[in-house]
Amino acid sequence: MARESAISNTDVTSTSAPSPAKPEVPVAPLRVALIGNPNTGKSTLFNALAGMRVRTGNYPGVTVERRIGRATWDGRAIELLDLPGTYSLSPRSPDEMLAVELLTGCRGDAPPDVVICVCNAAALERHLYLVTQVCETGVPVVVCLNMWDAAERQGIQIDREKLAIRLGAPVVATSASRRTGLDELRRVVVERAQHRPPAAASAGILSAGIQDEVTALRDWLISHGLDESQCPRFVVSRGLLDPGGSVEQRLARQTHREFDQRVREARDRLAAKALVIPGIESTERYRFIGSVVSDTIHEGASRRTGTDGLDALLTHRVFGIIICGLVMMLLFTVIYWVSQPLSDGIDSLIVMLSDQVQAAMAPGPLRSLITDGMLAGVGAVLVFLPQIALLFGFIALLEDCGYMSRAAFMMDRVMALVGLNGRSFLPLMSSFACAVPGVMATRVIEDRRDRFVTILIAPLMSCSARLPVYILMIWTFIPDKVFLGGLLPLRALVLFLMSILGLLVAIPFAWLLRRTVFRGEGSPFLLELPDYRLPGLATVAHRVWESCAAFVTRAGTMIFATSILIWLLAGGSFSGSERYELMRRIESLDPVTQGGEIEELSAELSRLNGRLLETSVLGRFGRSIEPLVEPLGWDWRVGVGVIASFPAREVIIATLGTIFSLGSDVDEESEGLRDAMRSARRPDGEPLFNVPSALALMVFFALCAQCVSTLGVIRRETNSWRWPVFSFVSMTLMAWIGAFLTYQIGMRI
Amino acid sequence: MIKLSQLSSGHSGVVAAVNGSSRLVARMMEMGFVPGALVEVIRKAPFGDPVQYRIRSSRISIRSAEAECVQVIPNETSQTTPRRQAIPA
Repeated sequence: MARESAISNTDVTSTSAPSPAKPEVPVAPLRVALIGNPNTGKSTLFNALAGMRVRTGNYPGVTVERRIGRATWDGRAIELLDLPGTYSLSPRSPDEMLAVELLTGCRGDAPPDVVICVCNAAALERHLYLVTQVCETGVPVVVCLNMWDAAERQGIQIDREKLAIRLGAPVVATSASRRTGLDELRRVVVERAQHRPPAAASAGILSAGIQDEVTALRDWLISHGLDESQCPRFVVSRGLLDPGGSVEQRLARQTHREFDQRVREARDRLAAKALVIPGIESTERYRFIGSVVSDTIHEGASRRTGTDGLDALLTHRVFGIIICGLVMMLLFTVIYWVSQPLSDGIDSLIVMLSDQVQAAMAPGPLRSLITDGMLAGVGAVLVFLPQIALLFGFIALLEDCGYMSRAAFMMDRVMALVGLNGRSFLPLMSSFACAVPGVMATRVIEDRRDRFVTILIAPLMSCSARLPVYILMIWTFIPDKVFLGGLLPLRALVLFLMSILGLLVAIPFAWLLRRTVFRGEGSPFLLELPDYRLPGLATVAHRVWESCAAFVTRAGTMIFATSILIWLLAGGSFSGSERYELMRRIESLDPVTQGGEIEELSAELSRLNGRLLETSVLGRFGRSIEPLVEPLGWDWRVGVGVIASFPAREVIIATLGTIFSLGSDVDEESEGLRDAMRSARRPDGEPLFNVPSALALMVFFALCAQCVSTLGVIRRETNSWRWPVFSFVSMTLMAWIGAFLTYQIGMRI
Repeated sequence: MIKLSQLSSGHSGVVAAVNGSSRLVARMMEMGFVPGALVEVIRKAPFGDPVQYRIRSSRISIRSAEAECVQVIPNETSQTTPRRQAIPA
């Protein structure tokens, strides 16, 4: 970092304003907001300034997350507010409107004391667009040229003093990833807050004609009953300058549509003076920015950055696609080889704990609650964690280094076929491993409708939890035939088809959603491709930590609660019964000498458990819905298994084990379970399972939303209960219809 | 004057006008596609669409359907245009 920015605030504020003698003893924390384009390292800066003291939450009515950090600078308490990344303050959706509301204070809270505009020093020109808009909101601004190190490396020279004078705000250079310039930033921010510029917001750079119309409109609004605080000058200007935007709509609502007429007249008057809205704002701003930039920024002539060279390969017509495929394969390979063993390890740990509890307590409902309800519930949550953490990490790495936008760039054409855009590619790919990180990754999709459609089809991607079910059913019921002279096993073919079934159904589903529920013109696909950079491991780790914590608290509690619920409904609380007697007897025997007796009694216990399940609430419910599942080729036993697996898909295997009196210790490979299923009979002697009903079960699992975790994150990402419910209902319907068709058609072939 | 979508890879031009739906025009112009701005075509995506452009020292990719709304005056010069030219005020 070179010289200090030799700016004192009196240089940039109007000379007529007297600076206050001394700031009063600060009581309330200083509220500092951060705003900036995407890809400016704003999150890294936020994390660097706020450390670990970050609280996340939701604003009502929008899906944007609220991130608030706390810090202490020079003994002064600071509250940091991370505003969503945006290219401009021209809101066209509730999410975009949020930044405008927060900065102008018309959301109820007072506006922040200072706002830091984070810019990418290496590509400053367009970033200044937002800066000029923010300067007009009236909140004191500090301009932060982040990624300064990258700019220096590229030979870009920026005269910060001149820039500060032209913009009317202090300019600080930082490199958040290297933690340089942060002290200066903190100092300048605190100073800026203490020596506030005069109350009137800067007149801005738009021409007088526009300014006069804004004033006239504002006066009109106030005279028509709007409170002054409801229509700050900046908000009124947005109403004028953004046809069809959120502000225009709101002001029209608040004035019973009279505003529409006034604003139309204003725009016509301006058009007559060759000041055409909407284009004129951008033209005038960029004219100003152009002159500022030519004055203050100098770079070496004609340099091609490393990024362009790398892009030539990575977005190449042939190699680009191949590399993208390889990256995706790497993702799945890492998941398989790394997270699988970790999950197994966690599983073993839970089993060990369970054994300890079993050894320490006498058999009874409490012990059962702890081992089969609570520990199983905790286990169900934790077993997800390695996979989720890895996926988040991978996604964060790809996003941070800049590759994610290249993948979106290359895949856009394919995604456009179903009405989505390239940004949906990575979230949907991730959902093939697990929909939880996939749904959370949809945050990068700017357009609200596109994001919601992606969120709703993500659970259809065949996730890794469905695999054990497929393997069990295929290896038990699909014959071991081979086609093409040994090259194409039938079982592998069926497995492949089941895995892509969800994807095949998702395509028309997405198309349909886009035509019905989420109808409307999509936003333009304007995708920025930032310079490649080495991902900041601290930022990535931070994000992984935050996401995992969010998962454990939100989705985790749901999984935990549903596990206990299922335990209850499956007869777990049955007290004083034969079951605990048997368990006591088994545990009192010596495994070495009385092995045979233990086996006998264990078999009796398994049969008893099976009967208890049948008479439990769950079992009785399964019987009562039997008419619903019969057309799918199942009976009540399979029905119970399906219901029990609604918290998490793999549960069906353990449940089937219990139903067939094998105990719940089975997995998809256990021959005992496979034999039991093959030989299971209906009351009339017919086999319970045949190929069509096995296929129907797999189809059901392929299309059904049996995952409380996914529903939990959908709730979180859409900030409403409507969409998880919609997802659950629509997918269950699709699953039922799919299984029905499979069984009925299968029986007739 | 041609449409931006008709400019080929490696060539550049100066934006003359932006026409189209109000929403599209507003977004494009916010991103820098303003009359007088220099825009360079970097490359097309593997499947032909979208296309990467360099505008105001950033790389932005746009679909052809959207690029059609921008009218440009092509530069006769070749691939190696300087990364930035001072835009006359």
